[in-house]
Amino acid sequence: MSNFFTDNPDLQFHLSHPLMQKIVSLKENGFAHKDDFDFAPQDFEDAMDSYAQILEIVGEISGEIIAPNAESVDHDGPKLENGRVQYAKGTQENIDAITQAGLMGITLPREFGGLNFPITPYIMAADIVSRADASFVNIWGLQDCAETIHEFGSDEQKENFLPRVCKGETMAMSLTEPDAGSDLQAVALKASFDEQKGTWVLNGVKRFITNGDGDISLVLARSEDNTIDARGLSMFIHDKKKGGINIRRIENKLGIKGSPTCEIVYKDAPVELCGNRKFGLIKYVMSLMNGARLGIVAQSVGISEAAYREALTYAQKRYQFGKPIIQFPAIYEMLAIMKAKLAASRALLYETARFVDVYKAYGHLATERDLTKEEKEDQKKYQKLADVYTPLAKGLTSEMCNQIAYDSLQIHGGSGFMKDYPIERIYRDARITTIYEGTTQLQVVAAIKGVTTGAYLAQMKEYEQASIKPETESYRRILIDMVFEYEEVEARVTIHNNQDFLDFHARRLVEMAGNIIMSYLLLFDTQRDHDYWKTLEVYLRHARSRNHEIGNFLMHSHLNDLGKYRFE
Amino acid sequence: MKKFNIIVLAKQVPDTRKAGKDAMKADGTINRSILPAIFNPEDLHALEQALRVKDQFPGSTITLLTMGPPRAVEILKEGFYRGADDGILLTDRAFAGSDTLATSYALASAIREIKDVDIIFSGRQAIDGDTAQVGPQVAEKLGIPQVTYAEEIIKITDQTIQVKRRLEHGVETVECPFPLVITVNNTAPHCRPRNAKRLMKYKHASTMSNRQENNDDYLASAIAHTHLTIKEWGVNNITVDHEQLGLSGSPTKVKKVDNIIFQAVETKTFTDMDEDMDELMKELVESHIVG
Repeated sequence: MSNFFTDNPDLQFHLSHPLMQKIVSLKENGFAHKDDFDFAPQDFEDAMDSYAQILEIVGEISGEIIAPNAESVDHDGPKLENGRVQYAKGTQENIDAITQAGLMGITLPREFGGLNFPITPYIMAADIVSRADASFVNIWGLQDCAETIHEFGSDEQKENFLPRVCKGETMAMSLTEPDAGSDLQAVALKASFDEQKGTWVLNGVKRFITNGDGDISLVLARSEDNTIDARGLSMFIHDKKKGGINIRRIENKLGIKGSPTCEIVYKDAPVELCGNRKFGLIKYVMSLMNGARLGIVAQSVGISEAAYREALTYAQKRYQFGKPIIQFPAIYEMLAIMKAKLAASRALLYETARFVDVYKAYGHLATERDLTKEEKEDQKKYQKLADVYTPLAKGLTSEMCNQIAYDSLQIHGGSGFMKDYPIERIYRDARITTIYEGTTQLQVVAAIKGVTTGAYLAQMKEYEQASIKPETESYRRILIDMVFEYEEVEARVTIHNNQDFLDFHARRLVEMAGNIIMSYLLLFDTQRDHDYWKTLEVYLRHARSRNHEIGNFLMHSHLNDLGKYRFE
Repeated sequence: MKKFNIIVLAKQVPDTRKAGKDAMKADGTINRSILPAIFNPEDLHALEQALRVKDQFPGSTITLLTMGPPRAVEILKEGFYRGADDGILLTDRAFAGSDTLATSYALASAIREIKDVDIIFSGRQAIDGDTAQVGPQVAEKLGIPQVTYAEEIIKITDQTIQVKRRLEHGVETVECPFPLVITVNNTAPHCRPRNAKRLMKYKHASTMSNRQENNDDYLASAIAHTHLTIKEWGVNNITVDHEQLGLSGSPTKVKKVDNIIFQAVETKTFTDMDEDMDELMKELVESHIVG
């Protein structure tokens, strides 16, 4: 019996973070539901106990059903039949188990059939499921889209769609088109109001849509004639029952092969407008994307966990030169760094999830009562943190996920290159994480604002003030030096006041900031559980040397260097 | 559409799959502190079959019936999490020391109290005793037919049920009128997972005596949430001949327990690495087991 929650003390550790007290009390609004719903928690302990027990169900389904199905799901993949997607047999089994367990609509309010969980335990479920099968988390994790309907949809839309999601209907987020990838302002799918039918209809094509044949889709389309930018785009809800769409093609991908990536043809597809016209990209997609990005961070961490475990098991079992290869420094160093990167990624994931949780919980609370001035300020503070931490986490953890998968395959040697071990699938699955929901390069564009506005620095200074155990003081001194180095390097770039120069070095500055932040988070983890000290030691050494390297590069970088790199 | 009144017999057992060298105490009894108490695996397969009948015939009710000590209430909760509607814990000092005969006598007596039962499901056997006797004995005592080794329900009508049985050398499909006892094999589908909302709803469920023991404000919570009070039946709740219960009703007497240590003449461990596999093949060829 394998359980991917109970076999992983890191998850239980992060679930019990002190900030959960605040999150739960905001989310449950003084446990106001306890008499209205027989499954609502009575108090903080009750809520936390429920999260842990439900994650145990997720862990059991992941260990007993989803992971054993992963190989056949990867091999069989979804099929296209008469314009409709048929999931692989294993994928359907996974969906059935998840639905029977009531694990759809986890974060949605109880009145719509949801569990009203905060983001943090939901993200933890995504972390667990991703370790089992990264392709499946795409289908299951799209329940995120329901949050957008909940936040911006009309009462009627909420009552129609949200209970259906909680009962197991799947979702899709239809944004990308052949000519609108990273640049969503170029979306051309045409939305027009059909006066006769009294409804909006869509005509055109979407491409690379994950689970494009899902039951309920959010679709970005051009509702305003004669516009070419973001201001002409609106968000629509498509109900598959209403018809009007056909799947023309399922992409043949390198990884996450179990998740159907669809090309969709819309032909007079009836849809409902979600929220206000013209706000599609500038408001709703941005909100949708932030949620989705956090989901990819969880996916990256889950894949990293799987890759690390495969490497560890292999290195312990594989004998060469008369001993298990884990006893060779070249191998145990790799494993130790993989483990440290995994822990750092996970620390950043849950720090970000908690920030999102606090500000979103305030948002929900505001629909029930007026927030006080202090609460509004607090909400703003956490929203700002969530906004700068989300791209930082997406950018860094997805890259680390690929590094971990790469090293894991390397440790497997020739066997890793064969199809005989799970690592070849994990390695392929990892590859997408740095690409979709915004490439790493685009995450850097968002995250650099955290550098230039001083948001990361302010947070580092706040971390610096935290009270820590005296025996860990030496780590803080190292971190204070690293922050000083970061400030110096940042000034070296920004002093030129040149956008190209800043863009050129942005990824370096973001990485430096991330390395410091993750080191601080591991330092705090060590306060609560002494067992993290070794991981902290390894990660801090890695982070410090990376930051020195970047600092060194910057030391010798000048404005006119750009010409040497630029292609005319 | 017919609504079926279904009973699932379940047993809390030590997880003998985790048995190691410390599984037995020096006196020959099971070391329960080493082996966690679980829902007998085949009884979970039985519960799944009951849930499938309910899926097909909404409005049917599933009552879990278990005999055991007060802590056996845990498996009733487990059953609630997975979809059972009701649960009865048959517990009394008078039941202590029951063998299969006395157990089936007590269970059959309890089922008579429940009345108008259509289907009684149970696992084929429990992993602690491995007797496979209790299900059939319950059927005999109630004077109703039994279908053992069931793997799949093929068809249900208002009058009859068709069941596929998994036997040693093949399968057999039988049809049977209600009421009946069906014992389910582990080749039948696994039980569906625990449901999140049901778990949160029933996790505080308990029996009145467990609450009293924990010094909870047991009356207050029982009044506030009736669904959280699990039925507890003792000898006084059922009509029985006391002589047929517990030790006095159990003809099985344990004379002696021997510790048996399996002694393989020679063992060797091979990993799944290529080199080990090669060596294993070489040995098998040399000893003419293969080739």
